[in-house]
Amino acid sequence: MSKSMFTISPGFEEIMPAEYRELVEHGPFGKELGVSDLGTYKELLEEHPLCAGCGLALSLRLILASLPNPADTVIVGTTGCNSLAFPQVAVHNIHSLFGNQNAVASGLKRALKLRFPDKVKDVVVVAGDGATADIGLDMVMHSWFRRENITTIMLDNEAYANTGGQESGMSMEGTVLNMAPKGKKFPKISLPEIARETGCDYVAATTPANPKRLERMIRRAVLVARETGPTYVQIFCPCPTNYKFKPSEAKKRTRDREKDGSYRIREYITPQAQELINRIEGVKSDE
Amino acid sequence: MIEQRVVDPEYLFFSAEREKRFITGSEAVKEAIKRANIDMAVSYPITPQSESMHLVGDIYAEGYIPEYFRGENEFAVMSAVAGASMGGVRIFTATGGPGTLRAFETFPTWAGARLPIVCAFMTRGVNSPLTIQPDTIEMAFMLDTGIMMFHAENAQDLHDMILKAFMIAEKTDIHIPAGVFVDGFFVTHTRDYVDIAPEDIKLPPYNPYSAPVPVMDMENVPVRQMRDPFVMKSNFISYAAHASWQQEILAAAERARKYIDKYMGGLLEMENEGADILIIASGTAVSQSREAIAMARQEGIDAGLIKIKSIRPFPKNEIMEITRKAKAIIVPEFNRAGWLCREVKSTVADTTKVVGGPRVFGGMTMPPELILAEIRRCSE
Repeated sequence: MSKSMFTISPGFEEIMPAEYRELVEHGPFGKELGVSDLGTYKELLEEHPLCAGCGLALSLRLILASLPNPADTVIVGTTGCNSLAFPQVAVHNIHSLFGNQNAVASGLKRALKLRFPDKVKDVVVVAGDGATADIGLDMVMHSWFRRENITTIMLDNEAYANTGGQESGMSMEGTVLNMAPKGKKFPKISLPEIARETGCDYVAATTPANPKRLERMIRRAVLVARETGPTYVQIFCPCPTNYKFKPSEAKKRTRDREKDGSYRIREYITPQAQELINRIEGVKSDE
Repeated sequence: MIEQRVVDPEYLFFSAEREKRFITGSEAVKEAIKRANIDMAVSYPITPQSESMHLVGDIYAEGYIPEYFRGENEFAVMSAVAGASMGGVRIFTATGGPGTLRAFETFPTWAGARLPIVCAFMTRGVNSPLTIQPDTIEMAFMLDTGIMMFHAENAQDLHDMILKAFMIAEKTDIHIPAGVFVDGFFVTHTRDYVDIAPEDIKLPPYNPYSAPVPVMDMENVPVRQMRDPFVMKSNFISYAAHASWQQEILAAAERARKYIDKYMGGLLEMENEGADILIIASGTAVSQSREAIAMARQEGIDAGLIKIKSIRPFPKNEIMEITRKAKAIIVPEFNRAGWLCREVKSTVADTTKVVGGPRVFGGMTMPPELILAEIRRCSE
């Protein structure tokens, strides 16, 4: 996207909404910003309608702050709590149907490659655990099999939160949730391992407890998807509303799950992706 | 890529010298797509559509199409097609029968998202019991999805309607999807003479910025833009926004009438429309009706034919006018639901004149004698 396209025509500054003006004047486009710059610039997410203490809201802010090239990024979302925030996100984003996000992203990425052969256009999927691991799993996996150049990010709150807290494939075994009145009967789906085995060049599982780590993983995932092949990042996003804890405890819960090993932080990187990461991050450390 | 000259749609449709070829309906799809200047196609096999999209794959390999792939199922394919269309390219796909139903959730969203996708539907029966045979039942389900629906009688129609559908669907004041329906097997798997323009010419390219909605490419404002935003808050403004958006989709289809007139010569065609007995049909039922009318004429019975080419928008006013003086209206169909008969009945002033049938389904052919029997009955 060129800056001139985005600039407000002279004389129209006053009638544009304040948050749009702020975006033009202090937004992240064309700047090298990251999570440590949060608070110093106008974020892509204009407030949000999610619950207090929502892990998704925090993760989404961090993801958007970590995008390496927001001016040329299109996000594909789908039904879920996080989608409620997307009308307030300042990059082009698509909500199609529940679960079809990776198929939509496949078509979109190929279309943008055709139309902008000499330009980087990152396509990033952001979806919940139900959308990614349950209803959309076939399309998620087939986009990986086909080696689509897209990044898939799962916001994992371990339930269908938007519909009132039902069990998802990503819920922990034994957890009592709606539609799992006697506790979930099977283990959490190992999607990072499935991603590794189905062709993702970069896979990471993390939490928003450590923003710099999350940022590094998102950047790696987007840059590897751009150059090499499909990538997957899974982010634990605890849900105070459905798991019934105080909003202020969200971060502690995240740390506890990391500590007790029930949410394992991990990265799987193919040699090809590692080479690219070394090149990119090596250049950076030389600066 | 193979070099082709871009020509005016009118030239390609009406002026270019055409060669007569003896080809199958599936091959007619290939020949249309060769000249359609599409950017991309996505395929998935289902009988009786499979050959069409594999032939489209062949012309991708030959260099007529920049991008092509096989998806994992119809819902995924129609979703990928939506993503590509939102990314601003001209795209084609095809399916039929159970594939149509598998993908069903996507069609209203194509319309709601104002995507000018052209999809061919090679119709077939729907389970259960399992059938792969000809049947137009899926069209009954598609009637209220918001997409335009054209029904081809033969391979020539199929070829022409696909090309013309792109030009109609992509107009800024329309910009909704178009389905080109054709009776599976009867047209796809049989050979017929088709007049075809030279293969070194093609339609003008799609201009994504002519769309009435923003293209998802971060190259057009506003950047704070979601496709397609929810209007699901529990308040009247949300309800009103959703309601008016839906009305606008229907209005867009209605506005397409002028382009259907221009490119397809009207939403319907008439033969001997002054007759007391009229047959209203679409698809291959038109050909069977024409045979029946010729047989009736030999017996001294006069009957006319109305061939409906556009099911959505539906030629309501035209039918109302033409049928005003008719004594009987026969509606033969290749499905058990009788959806065309319902459409006709919802249009004509006196529904008692409408004879719903003959209807064949489950793969049966429709001998003209069946229609002739109705003509005879109506003439008594």
